[in-house]
Amino acid sequence: MTAWQTLAVVAVVAGLTFVTRALPFWLFRSPDRPSAWLSDLNRLMPPAVIAILVVFCLKTVSLDAPKDSLAQLIGVALVALLHVWKRNNLLSIGVGTAVYMLLVQVVWPI
Amino acid sequence: MRVGPETKFAFRQTWPVLIGYGFLGMAFGLLLQHAGYHAGWAFLVSAVVYAGSMQFVLVGILSSGLGLPAAALMTLTINSRHFFYGLPFLKTFRAMGRRFLYMVFSLTDETYALFCQVQVPSELDRYKVMFRIALFNQIYWVGGSTLGAAFGEMARFNLKGIDFTMTALFTVILVEQWLSAALSARLSVLLGLACGVASLLVFGPDRFVLPALLLAVGLLVLLRPLLARMRRGGTTS
Repeated sequence: MTAWQTLAVVAVVAGLTFVTRALPFWLFRSPDRPSAWLSDLNRLMPPAVIAILVVFCLKTVSLDAPKDSLAQLIGVALVALLHVWKRNNLLSIGVGTAVYMLLVQVVWPI
Repeated sequence: MRVGPETKFAFRQTWPVLIGYGFLGMAFGLLLQHAGYHAGWAFLVSAVVYAGSMQFVLVGILSSGLGLPAAALMTLTINSRHFFYGLPFLKTFRAMGRRFLYMVFSLTDETYALFCQVQVPSELDRYKVMFRIALFNQIYWVGGSTLGAAFGEMARFNLKGIDFTMTALFTVILVEQWLSAALSARLSVLLGLACGVASLLVFGPDRFVLPALLLAVGLLVLLRPLLARMRRGGTTS
């Protein structure tokens, strides 16, 4: 690819990525009178979307890769338990990531 | 230089993203460099595209010489989930004036998740905090990408697994949603998990996110009258 071709691809990807982010703002242009269902939905949606993002992060979990899958599940369970217990982001994320790294690097290296 | 309270607060919210984006960005920069593009390209792509998983796909598109139509189609497919991220912030971003376009442009998975969770103290300017969160996250991503492309070869630590910070961040935010104790929020969490897992099993890991989001939103629309009453009716605690 020439530099110009690369630039064209980057421009298309950048432009369309922006389109996917801007679309709701264009579709719902008159927010002064938001419909009741839209504002209800906007309050109800984030927990479900975050839940789907967690599943997205864990999408490689499968019986075909038992070591890494187990490490991921242990990591997530640990983060969740620590967070319910202490509710401290630094502790939950720090310890969870450290344990996951220890598992995949030392305990079950792949 | 004086650092305002909004800047400090925003930094405290974004440090997990600093680690996650920093290292994921470096991985991207390194990959791009291996495909034959120097650090300037990594900077450019992360500055103007700013979409994690799509940028990894972009490296594949560039090195395999796929054409513009394929690149366009892949972008729309992979990034279609972003459509749902703007919905809760229609009014908020519009009220942010000159910052509006940047807020829309920079709404990644991680920035969205932080916005869903952040409780800005009343003495701080909420719009300033949100703008700084968005900007800091992109700085981490662009910085990581550029450094990865420029110096990635020199890294000698074994950082395998560091990207788990992103999984941990989303998990923490999910637990926060659960602990908010509103019954409707908890039902929404369970519904999202169920839709996510069901869609993953049906559609496989590469194309399950959009069906999962559509299913979850469809069910929330159907259940809305019930859930909205619960929300207004109070909490479980």
